[in-house]
Amino acid sequence: MSNVAAKAVADEVHADQREGMTYLESFPQRLITLWLPLGIIMVILLFPFYWMALTSVKPNAQLVDMNTHNPFWVVNPTFDHIKRLLFETAYPRWLWNTMYVAAAATFLSIFASVLAAYAIARLRFRGSQTIGALIFMAYLIPPSILFIPLASVIHFYGVFDTPLALILVYPTILIPFSTWLLMGYFKTIPFELEECALIDGASRWQILTKIIVPLAIPGLISAFIFSFTLCWNEFIYALTLISSVQNRTVPVAIVSELVDGDVYRWGSLMAGALVGSLPLVILYAFFVEHYVSAMTGAVKE
Amino acid sequence: MSTVEDAEGRTIRRGELSWWGRLQINRNWLALWFMLPAAFFLLLFLAWPLILGVWLSFTDTRLARPGKFIGFENYEWLWDDSVFWLSVFNTLLYTIVASIIKFVIGLYLALLLNRHMPFKAMIRSVVLIPFIVPTVLSAIAFWWIYDSQFSIISWSLKQMGLIERNIDFLGDGNLARASLIFVNIWRGVPFVAITLLAGLQTVSPSLYEAATLDGASAWQRFRYVTYPLLTPIIAVVMTFSVLFTFTDFQLIWAMTRGGPANATHLMATLSYSRGILSGQLGEGAAIATAMIPFLLAAIMISWFGLQRRKWQHGENNE
Repeated sequence: MSNVAAKAVADEVHADQREGMTYLESFPQRLITLWLPLGIIMVILLFPFYWMALTSVKPNAQLVDMNTHNPFWVVNPTFDHIKRLLFETAYPRWLWNTMYVAAAATFLSIFASVLAAYAIARLRFRGSQTIGALIFMAYLIPPSILFIPLASVIHFYGVFDTPLALILVYPTILIPFSTWLLMGYFKTIPFELEECALIDGASRWQILTKIIVPLAIPGLISAFIFSFTLCWNEFIYALTLISSVQNRTVPVAIVSELVDGDVYRWGSLMAGALVGSLPLVILYAFFVEHYVSAMTGAVKE
Repeated sequence: MSTVEDAEGRTIRRGELSWWGRLQINRNWLALWFMLPAAFFLLLFLAWPLILGVWLSFTDTRLARPGKFIGFENYEWLWDDSVFWLSVFNTLLYTIVASIIKFVIGLYLALLLNRHMPFKAMIRSVVLIPFIVPTVLSAIAFWWIYDSQFSIISWSLKQMGLIERNIDFLGDGNLARASLIFVNIWRGVPFVAITLLAGLQTVSPSLYEAATLDGASAWQRFRYVTYPLLTPIIAVVMTFSVLFTFTDFQLIWAMTRGGPANATHLMATLSYSRGILSGQLGEGAAIATAMIPFLLAAIMISWFGLQRRKWQHGENNE
């Protein structure tokens, strides 16, 4: 009996916390102060994607004639633009390049970051604090001030205009971020686990691969998703370090190859932008929580 | 002399250990190996280019032709170059205006998203989409929205009878700046909002209830409860936001490439067009190096923001 009562009270408390002070507001008040501004912001944030998707299936005639039909909708949608993009341009090749470079650079960076983050967070070697601070500094160095000297460096190493150039360069953006994120995760794993393993005779390598990494899987997924997105999004290095058409990545290829003087280019341009964004949006849809925790975690740490 | 036992139980002196034995025991030695992959990338492709960039800015290097040391000549040349100063002005204008508006709208959106509502998680995920989609691709979509002939904005305004002729969004200097700033804000607001939201969620609701009981108005609750508790995270988020806006390149490059008549050149785009397109590597590097003092200022702000946070949380807080 008292159990039931206690549960009812607990439920009430819970409901109260969840509701907060919203019961103080009337519905019209909420409409004006919450739903209306939120609605306007959401429409502005999402309209470009609607427009992108709509344009990519709109026949050319409707793109240039806005008076016969309402331009906010499409009559007789067509897949011509997407077909042209996939079969008459090197788009599949660019998409493959982007994916390949992003995946390779991400794997390399995560590998290096796990080792570095473990060393900084757990080994407490001499100067680990300084190294940690330096890595944070590296996070703050933007590609925009590095691309010119980097172009000469890449020439010097002899990998200019190859996917390898990007695979080697992207980790400089990803490692500082993922190391910082993973350090935060590693610090939450209790020291005792590691001490027990040490006493049982495990080596540091075994501790890392058998205890720390499995426990930090959520952190690794976060770092992976965020890094992959950053690679996909990267523009200035891909623009500077790649010169031949077949080695380009999607963002650069769309800007430099698909843009020509043709009035009818908009359909395939928008189709290119849409197809280039979809993989990331799908990936994001599956790992929203990990993505958000990567973004906020990196800022909070 | 310190001694250790090896696997077979023999006592050996530390100095006689093989490198493999030392690797397993000495932290510093072990850490060196653990840091090696990260150090490889960061030293070869970050630290070295950074130093090389500063050096290049003091030379007259051109594409595919090594240069010689010419002292401050590049900088003197830039000092008298009105296009360079225009790019500095544009960069500062772009950064200051976009960052302030991003902060205001982002904080407002975060406060809205922090309220109790149905479908909260879904709304939050949808808000972040502009940040996920590659900047260049959404910039291209905006380029089409801003098109001089077929702009949907012009069309809508014409239908409403507000304007007579199409607006040439990217054709006029000031209009182009405003249009680009709008796109930057559009892309940056979700980042600011979601990170500030994470900060807001750590503020206990009981503080607001206490303040309400004491008779605080909505504005006072924000000013005296939310804002002080949020200051540390605001400092960090805004430092990142300023940093990314200041060094922005792809948005401008995808939409105007610095045009019309250099009106939208930022320092980064000018550096690219002088350094890579015209092949004046030295001059391009000088423009890039000129950005460093501003970046240092941003980093200092972040550092002091973090210091303040440490002070708020008590001492032993890493």
